[in-house]
Amino acid sequence: MTERVRVAVIGGGPAGLTAAATLAPSVDGDVLVLEREPETGGIPRHSDHPGYGLRDLRRFVSGPAYARRLTRRARDAGARLETEAMVTGWAGPRTLEVTSPHGRRLVQADAVVLATGARERPRPARLIPGDRPDGVYTTGQLQNLVHLHHREVGRRAVVVGAELVSWSAVLTLREAGCRTVLMTSEYERPEAYAAFHLPGRLAFGVLVRARTRIVAVNGRGRVTSVDIEDLGTGRRRRVPCDTVITTGDWIPDHELARTGGLEMDAATLGPRVDTSLATSLPGVFAAGNLLHPVDTADVAALDGRHVAAAVLRHLAGDPVPGGGVPLVAEAPLRWVAPQLVRPGGPPPSRGRLLLWADAFRTLPRVTATQDGRVLGRVRLPWPAAPGRVFRVPFSLVADADPAGGPVRLSLE
Amino acid sequence: MNTYDVAVIGGGIVGSAIARLLGGTALSVALVEARDDVGDGTSKANTAILHTGFDAKPGTLESRLVARGYDLLGRYAEATGIPVERTGALLVAWTREQLDALPGLRAKAERNGYTACEIVDAAEVYRRVPALGPGALGGLTVPGESVICTWTTNLALATDAVNRGVRLLRGHRVTAVHRGPDATRLVTTAGELSARWVVNAAGLGADALDALFGHDRFTVTPRRGELLVFDKLARPLAPCIVLPVPSSAGKGVLVSPTIYGNVMLGPTAEDLTDKAATGTSEAGLEFLREKGAELMPRLMAEEVTATYAGLRASIGRDDYLIDLDAGQRYLLVGGIRSTGLTAGMAIAEHVADLLKGHLDLVERAGLPAPPRMPNLGEAFPRPYQDAAAIAADPEYGRVVCFCERVTRGEIRDALASVIPPAGVEGLRRRTRAMNGRCQGFYCGARVREIFEGEQK
Repeated sequence: MTERVRVAVIGGGPAGLTAAATLAPSVDGDVLVLEREPETGGIPRHSDHPGYGLRDLRRFVSGPAYARRLTRRARDAGARLETEAMVTGWAGPRTLEVTSPHGRRLVQADAVVLATGARERPRPARLIPGDRPDGVYTTGQLQNLVHLHHREVGRRAVVVGAELVSWSAVLTLREAGCRTVLMTSEYERPEAYAAFHLPGRLAFGVLVRARTRIVAVNGRGRVTSVDIEDLGTGRRRRVPCDTVITTGDWIPDHELARTGGLEMDAATLGPRVDTSLATSLPGVFAAGNLLHPVDTADVAALDGRHVAAAVLRHLAGDPVPGGGVPLVAEAPLRWVAPQLVRPGGPPPSRGRLLLWADAFRTLPRVTATQDGRVLGRVRLPWPAAPGRVFRVPFSLVADADPAGGPVRLSLE
Repeated sequence: MNTYDVAVIGGGIVGSAIARLLGGTALSVALVEARDDVGDGTSKANTAILHTGFDAKPGTLESRLVARGYDLLGRYAEATGIPVERTGALLVAWTREQLDALPGLRAKAERNGYTACEIVDAAEVYRRVPALGPGALGGLTVPGESVICTWTTNLALATDAVNRGVRLLRGHRVTAVHRGPDATRLVTTAGELSARWVVNAAGLGADALDALFGHDRFTVTPRRGELLVFDKLARPLAPCIVLPVPSSAGKGVLVSPTIYGNVMLGPTAEDLTDKAATGTSEAGLEFLREKGAELMPRLMAEEVTATYAGLRASIGRDDYLIDLDAGQRYLLVGGIRSTGLTAGMAIAEHVADLLKGHLDLVERAGLPAPPRMPNLGEAFPRPYQDAAAIAADPEYGRVVCFCERVTRGEIRDALASVIPPAGVEGLRRRTRAMNGRCQGFYCGARVREIFEGEQK
């Protein structure tokens, strides 16, 4: 069976729901959101603490409340939300294979928005050696266990990572009655915002060890300890615990982007997009944490709003202009999103380029150069730090020569 | 206390195959497994290759049984739905010495009765596997080597055995053996049983059990093999099994497609003393990363889905150790290494031949048909793709594990199967749930809930 829709949005998280809510009133025809989980809302559904909606809704609500609100807005706008509907592959350029309890079908769309989000790398992908006992989770799985399934976790946890989401894990653990005895970070200092960090330490009494890596998980059946190594001295010690949470270390859920033949970015591991969020395939767009693993939910949502303009232009028959100048992040910058500036294209969402840094810089200075010429230089009042997105104004690269070579972004 | 004609100890592939075969006769048979599930030891963590036996030591029992087992299991797989992909293998020579060894390997394969190997040049090697790292000088093809699902093989054999009337006793670790004039009494962690004949197919524990029968003839050394499993998106990089040319240092590290659509790199080979040491090691993972970077650099840019370690039952000789002790009514099936997956059904035949003079092994009439196993193979249709199956039963359209596309219907079926899983790990092996790239990030909590819900 084949169904025709005007727009298919894959993924009912903040980006997908917001794209659908923005598009539905302006599109003549169906805007269908395909969500593989039993409920829409994405990751915020199981992040049961405040901190959502600031930039997009100008509100400060809990994750689940945010998820419900975005769902309602999309539905009220006239989008069709289908849950337990998984897109498992492509049957053509904009034709999707969909499995749901209602059957197996093809969905043919005039435009496709990929909003499949990102996930944390689990322990095997991080190549953490040792035994394979129960009790090792990502933050996502932990929150799922605790908030959606109301499961017990252990009593003593070690959290691997000290990013924002790591503290979110600490909150969840505390709620589940599990004490975080140690957080480890391979970086010189914990990544999370200092403002959050100090109160976090004081409130939870969590010991945070920087420049530390985990070298083994021990335990048969259940975790009994982890071995950690001081990266400075090489000294190792054993920390008893029954729970290990591997946090952060994001990867986009890029399976559909890759199997669809989209041009991919080697640094974000998501599809390459221009500032309008068009991918390399005509009529296929992308938004949210699939593009920048990982930024906050509200920034993902604003991508969803931003992509709508490009989708509408495509539906109106306007071709995406060719050419463009690639943006390249230079170490210690790991990636930049979007990656392509086209002549006459719009500024990116919120007028900002998103970057990820693998080193700390207070008052960082970012320079954009093209063919050896400095395009712009900006000193920012906020620090660059591993574990969270770092933003620079698009004006830095706005003067790039459309006929020139790649624009290189570097951190001084 | 139950008395059986035969007790087969060990519910791995070899023990299950033997129990299945004996279960087809008029004998009463018990399959005694120490762990909570069948196939939970060596059989669950091997390289899952259906071997032609081209590289076995000619003239050995292993050589003969692998070649025979290849045909038997190939046919059984068709009958039961055990997924097999006939990918073929390519031995790649990276040095002059290895290149010079290829004609000898081809001759050896011929002595093993396998005549399909061909020597190919470097260009052909890269045509077959374009992602190989630079420097390959040539290769030897082994068109018959295939990848198979070791989990389903074990389960099919054990299920078939149970369907034929074999009594499966899980969680029965044999702790003592008392020999009587007519029967042997086995003390286990879950009670006693007795049997006229005992078959020892206890894998890593075979030497300890052998000692309970008063023997001191071999030691099982657990040889750890660590493996990296790469994301399915890497599968196009490995269109066939890429084998190293064997050297004195062992068989070496291979790159192989898996039946689930991943790519596997490994194994390492490290002799240990602890038979429970199935953890991975820093050195092992580092070695695999270095090796992988040489063999297939592009593979190393792909995500790792899983790391694991399996233990082979190494006994320090180049052949299986299968020996019948008529006085004790005891038969040892020891030293079955990774080829045991392929050879299992042939080992069962061989065991039956040895027992023939002592027991009546005539196949009884009206045996149940072999079980039809759910397909876990990526190359064959799965329920989530099957419009008719979903139309008939919407639970096959309810995807629970997104990475592996495992549906609620499949999990339900596994929980209601002839040998239901004893734990979530067993459920993984029956369905692939939680085996994918997210390792439970999305589905772990729900799968556990479904499992425990059905347990009540």
